[in-house]
Amino acid sequence: METQDQTSNLSETLPVISLSGVNKWYGDFQALSNIDLEIKLKEKIVICGPSGSGKSTLIRCLNRLEAHQEGTIHVSGIELHERMKDIDVVRQDIGMVFQSFNLFPHLTVLENCMAGPNWVRGIDKNEAKKRAIAMLEQVKIPEQADKYPEQLSGGQQQRVAIARSLCMQPKVMLFDEPTSALDPEMVSEVLDTMIELAKSGMTMICVTHEMGFARQVADRVVFMADGEIVEQNSPEEFFNNPQHERTKAFLDQILK
Amino acid sequence: MFVDTVIEDKALHKPAFLIGLFVAVLAFFFAFNFTDTFFGEFLRPVIGEPKESGFFGRLAVSIVLAVLFVLNLFVISFFKLKGQIAIVWIELFLLFLAFAYSFDLKMSFIQSRIGLMISQGLFTTIYISAVSIVIATVIAIVGAIAKLSNNGFAFAIASFYTSLFRGLPLLLQVYLIYKGLPQIGFMVDAVPAGITALSLCYGAYMTEIFRAGIQSIPRGQWEASRALGFRFSLIMRKIILPQAVPIIIPPTGNQFIAMLKDSSLVSVLGVWELMYLARTLGQRDFRHMEMLLTAAMIYWALTIVLEVIQARIEEKYKQKG
Repeated sequence: METQDQTSNLSETLPVISLSGVNKWYGDFQALSNIDLEIKLKEKIVICGPSGSGKSTLIRCLNRLEAHQEGTIHVSGIELHERMKDIDVVRQDIGMVFQSFNLFPHLTVLENCMAGPNWVRGIDKNEAKKRAIAMLEQVKIPEQADKYPEQLSGGQQQRVAIARSLCMQPKVMLFDEPTSALDPEMVSEVLDTMIELAKSGMTMICVTHEMGFARQVADRVVFMADGEIVEQNSPEEFFNNPQHERTKAFLDQILK
Repeated sequence: MFVDTVIEDKALHKPAFLIGLFVAVLAFFFAFNFTDTFFGEFLRPVIGEPKESGFFGRLAVSIVLAVLFVLNLFVISFFKLKGQIAIVWIELFLLFLAFAYSFDLKMSFIQSRIGLMISQGLFTTIYISAVSIVIATVIAIVGAIAKLSNNGFAFAIASFYTSLFRGLPLLLQVYLIYKGLPQIGFMVDAVPAGITALSLCYGAYMTEIFRAGIQSIPRGQWEASRALGFRFSLIMRKIILPQAVPIIIPPTGNQFIAMLKDSSLVSVLGVWELMYLARTLGQRDFRHMEMLLTAAMIYWALTIVLEVIQARIEEKYKQKG
């Protein structure tokens, strides 16, 4: 099953990502416990929860930047496990945006965006450049193409990071607290970019505390605490009618 | 370095400091007695025969020298930074020349030998150093990656290698390779033996430099690369090494300069490089200092060239980053 053609077995109904019974420990500390989650194509998921609740760990398991120890994770029908040979193929289809941007500082904005398609997708330079410029236009900073990352503001860097991921034409985009490292006035430019992306139909999994964003784009909000999924619901239900005490306490804190 | 924005008064413009400095310098010159040098000769009209001038002569010479010294510093303190640097460089260089001059050098002897020193000695030194530097760099890249890998064999071999070759004196390594390899059936000439010893020794030091440079690249760079589906060798070549190089350059330049001079150890194998010629050319005529000083100046000049190159490369990377 997992070594079949990697990407063609996607459909609107089958989950793009599915986790079942996932457990993960750091030494004695259990970071994830019994995670079951299915994400369908074009679905937008927001994962929230107090710090240390395992939400970043969870999202980092989805492209195996972190290894889980028990349970199964399937991405596009391919199971992620430690002996897999084609993890890079899976990763090329999963875009990831980090809290600290992680742009390549020795490459220009354009080169950052061309690197993936040119180096691992086997797309020639001209084509990669065209695609990079198109994506930079989509995140509304084509004029910064020839600058180096350090010459840009945090918000601009994060938008470049989104463009860099999009250049790989991923099936799924993972966002790991994409606005947490930004100055307040730059948060909205990144969120606007993400909202645009959501409208275009991208499958998105976002770890974020931006509840306005969750209300606006999420199909489902997943609330985590102590490595467990405590509650998941549609945004309206989640915000207006939280079921668990932990959720209520968290929402009280964050919406105060 | 961060230079503070508050300007303090120059110490040299404080009378107390000037007096203290004067006393200290006076004591120094008095203790080392300069009466039977050029300076004593210069003060003959005042102190009479320098050798018989006794305490008074010694004191007079010391006072004159101390006044000159302090006055010199005082004057220099009024120049701008670049002027100060230039003047101090020139003065120190003149002192060095005076030191060399004091050996009563025979210039014609230097002139007759310097051709061979350069065509044979300098050429051999550069050849040995350049080849060793290239090999050492390759060893260092491989060694650094091995030391950072999870492969037990690679790590064990690399750490054994750096431990051994950093642990033995280079001179001993030169002997071991030159005299040891033939005993197990490998005949090596002096030059290849020397190059092997230098490469292995400096490769070991540079392995540690490269390892530290690679480790200094933030983890996020690896994660972003992995998330894009890059393989290890691609990440190393295109992401990590290009960022590590600017960090590695200063200590590596240091190693290159050190190696240039440590190539002189190969002279014990009878290779006609600079040091060997410096020791042997002057022997017959008892003109050791001429040849040693000539070699010294050539080594120094080469080092300056390397320093300039290093500064240029650093500058280039600074602009890009």
